[in-house]
This record gives sequence, C-alpha cells and structure tokens, in this order.
Amino acid sequence: MASPSVLRFEHVTVAFDDVPALVDLSFEAFEGESRVIMGAAGSGKTVLLKTALGLVKPTSGKIYAFDQDLTAMPERALFDIRSKIGMLFQESALFDSLTIEENVAYPLLNQRSIHCPPDQVRPRVEEALEFVELGGTLEKFPSELSGGMRRRAAIARAVVTGPPLVLYDSPTAGLDPITAHTIISLVVKERDVSRVTSLMVTNRYQDGNLLANFRYNPERKSIQPAHNGTRADLRTVFMVLHEGRLVFEGNQDRLEAETDPYIVKFVKRRE
Amino acid sequence: MLDLLKGPVLVVQEFFLLAGRAVRNVFRSPHYQTDIVLQMDDIGVGSLPLVAMIGFFSGAVMAIQMSRALRQYGQIGRTGMVVAITLVRELGPDLTALMVAGRNSSGMASELGSMKVTEQIDAMRALGTDPIQKLVTPRLIATCAMLPALTVIADFVGIFAGWVVSYTLLGIPSRQYWNSAWRALAWNDVAQGLIKPFVFAFVISLVGCFYGLRTTGGTQGVGRATTQAMVAASVLIFILTYFIAQVFVFQGSS
Repeated sequence: MASPSVLRFEHVTVAFDDVPALVDLSFEAFEGESRVIMGAAGSGKTVLLKTALGLVKPTSGKIYAFDQDLTAMPERALFDIRSKIGMLFQESALFDSLTIEENVAYPLLNQRSIHCPPDQVRPRVEEALEFVELGGTLEKFPSELSGGMRRRAAIARAVVTGPPLVLYDSPTAGLDPITAHTIISLVVKERDVSRVTSLMVTNRYQDGNLLANFRYNPERKSIQPAHNGTRADLRTVFMVLHEGRLVFEGNQDRLEAETDPYIVKFVKRRE
Repeated sequence: MLDLLKGPVLVVQEFFLLAGRAVRNVFRSPHYQTDIVLQMDDIGVGSLPLVAMIGFFSGAVMAIQMSRALRQYGQIGRTGMVVAITLVRELGPDLTALMVAGRNSSGMASELGSMKVTEQIDAMRALGTDPIQKLVTPRLIATCAMLPALTVIADFVGIFAGWVVSYTLLGIPSRQYWNSAWRALAWNDVAQGLIKPFVFAFVISLVGCFYGLRTTGGTQGVGRATTQAMVAASVLIFILTYFIAQVFVFQGSS
C-alpha cells in the first residue's frame, strides 16, 4: 500500500545571481520515510531543505508539501504549511535574546494554525525538553549551553508542535562522536515515537547508517539495531547531491554497491 | 555599462520593497507591542544623554561663534534669535539624527545581521513569524516616535546652553535672550524642525534594518553591514536635509 506523499519536488531549479544551487531536482518523500541527503560542501543540501520549507523560492519547477503547491503561495500563506514542518538549522539558530523556554515556546505562541491554550504552553515545552533530555534548562539562555545541548534544544523547538515532517540540517556537524550519536538517537527516537517523515542532511555516513538500521526501543529508552522485518513500514532512502544535481537516490544496499568515485567518497567514510 | 547600473538599481528597489512592507505592516496584525516599547527605550531613553550633550554643546558653540559676528554689527542682542533658528531648523534635527544614526542604525544592522548569519531570521520565518513584522516594523515605529521627541529635547537644551553662554560670558540679559529666541521662531521653523526628524526616522530605521537583513558572509559581513548602514544613513540624512531645506525655503519665500 502506497503511503501518502508528504513532500514532492518536480524539476526544481534554484539559482542565486545566476549561480545554480539546485538543478532540475525531482524526488518524492512519502509518509513515514526517512531520507538521508549527502553531498560535498556547496552541493545544495541546505538550499534543498530551505526550498522545501518555502524559505527559498525556486527559479523554476514545483514543490508540493502535503499536496499543496508551495511555489504558488505568498509568504503569509506559507506560514500554515510551515507549521506542519519542523526544521533544525545547521547552527541551531536559537534566538539568543530568549531563554530556552521562550525559544521552545516560540512556535506554540507564534504559529497561527497551532492553537495552543496558554496554560498548555509550559507543559508542552517541558515535555519537548524532557524528550531531548534537557529538563532543567528552561531558564537558561542559549549562550549558556554547550553546542550539543543547543542542538538538542533546537530539536525540541522543531518538534514541540508535533509536525508530521521534520528537516534536519547537518544535525551532527561540529560535534564530537558521542554527542553526535546522542543527536542521531534523538532523530531516530522522534521518527519512531512520533512516526514523522524525516529529511536529514549529513556528511557523516554513520549518521545515515544509524537512521537506516537502528530503531528506538521505548522499554530500554535507547536505540538498538533493527531486526529484519520489524517496522518494515519505515524505510530509509539515501540521496547524494553533486553541484546541485541529484546523482544518486536509493536504499543503503544500492548505495554501497555504487562505483561512481564521487558517491563512493561518502560511503567509504564508515568508521 | 548597463550591468554596472543594474546592481545599485536593484539595491534601491529592494530597499523600497522593504520600506513598503514595513509601512504596510504598521496597519496589519499581529502587532508586537513589547518589541516596540523595548525599541523605544533603547532608541529614546538610551540616546537621551548623548543627544542632550550634543544639543548643549552645539547651542553653546553657536552662541559663542555667532556673538562674534553679530558684535561687528552691534547686534549682539540677537544672539538668542540666531541660536534658536539654527538649532530648530538645522542643527537640532540634523545632529540628533546623525547621533541616532551612529548609535541605532549601526546597532540595528549588527543585531539583524548577526541574526541573519546565524540563520535566526530563517528560523523566525520557519516558526511562523514575518521578520519584517517582528523586527523592522517595531524599529520603524519606535524611531518615528522617539526621534522627534529627542530633537525637541536637543533643541531646548541647545537654546538653554546658548542662554548660559550669553548670560555668563557675553553679558546679554536673560530676558533679552529668551525674548529674541522666542520671537525668532515662526511656524515654518517649527514645522521644518519636526518634519525632518520624522523623515530621518524612516531613513535611520529602514537603512539599519535593510543592511542588517541583507548581511552575508559571517562575522565579517556583520561588520561590513554595520559600517555600510551608518555611512548610508548619515549620507542620506545630509542629502535629505538639503532637499527639505529647499522645499521649506521656497515655501517660506512664496
């Protein structure tokens, strides 16, 4: 049975001052799917996520999120679509003049289509911060937290409204391996607990590997290798971008069987 | 040649688009009252000591310099008039605007620029807020409300400083000074003195926000945006001063 389409790119080209960032990109992400997007620096990974959110307008092509055409919408109409999409920005992008509590509460209070009763804001913020294991940091400012903690707070802010689609822009960039593992565990946890569709940009093959082969175990409260056959409804698709073009799209087995030197570079980095 | 012109024309177009959207948002909800009040405090209360000091010394200097010229014609009693007219028509609005441009245009550019390079502006859009509504419009409203008030204060402090110099150094009787200062001012002067800060408020807030929002290239870019905002705002203030003066002088003479 085919899952409903969550995000669809149709021949999308994005150019900044005539320099192309994405070239004729087409793909479709279905409900419950995880997509791992890899590519060299400047290959258009971040632009892809920002285009999916309507933050960047494509030069040509169409983008459909939840079957609505983003390219035809004015900025104000995009806010309703964006309330269904969580985004973790590369450098967390927490508002540094606000506390962690205010940061996480921000989408609850500002997204017009999210009608959160005022007395529910604090419990939901606490719940989201508990989810990323950052309980006791409500009153702190982003500058008082470490890089990994900021990333976790930003994940809490991205998922506090319970969006069905979450975009992660290099969630592990600049973090040590242990913290990076914690962050990916949270991505897996969010996917498996809330059954969200995830798009994750990363340069680390092991991040994609974790996402494809590990599942969250609610009893042990940690991630563990998935046994074949369990949660077969979840599938992970790998995408590789090169200078704005999609040069590979397929599952992990096909990716590992690739012989193209550019694609192999990302696969061979396995630790 | 055409390509050379394309860049600046595009910048001007972007600036007017931003200005249009910022002004349109004044009449659209949501309104961020807290942000407006915070900005008023920063721009108004924060600039007050600086503006008062600049007003005081410019008034004092005008009194000293003008008294020398006026003495040659035996008109030293008219010092109050000269101080009042120059301050209310030109120095008060211009110097206040320049000070606020230096302090707040650059401040806005660096604050919004830092937010831009750390993707906070994108995050704001992703989380359901229009950055122009949340960041630019409150700064525009706050500057429009505060700059005329600061100008009036600078004018008054300047005329007061003129009196201090006239009374203590030049020996002009208080009554004569205040009388000549008061009688010198016509509606035309006051109107010009109050319209100018209102126009400058648009320049200061929108130029600061414009350069902040188009920042690219990390911390270096923030520094560049800050400098550009301050320079552009100051130059525009001088250019607009000339045109406003021309309009009022023609109107006054007709």
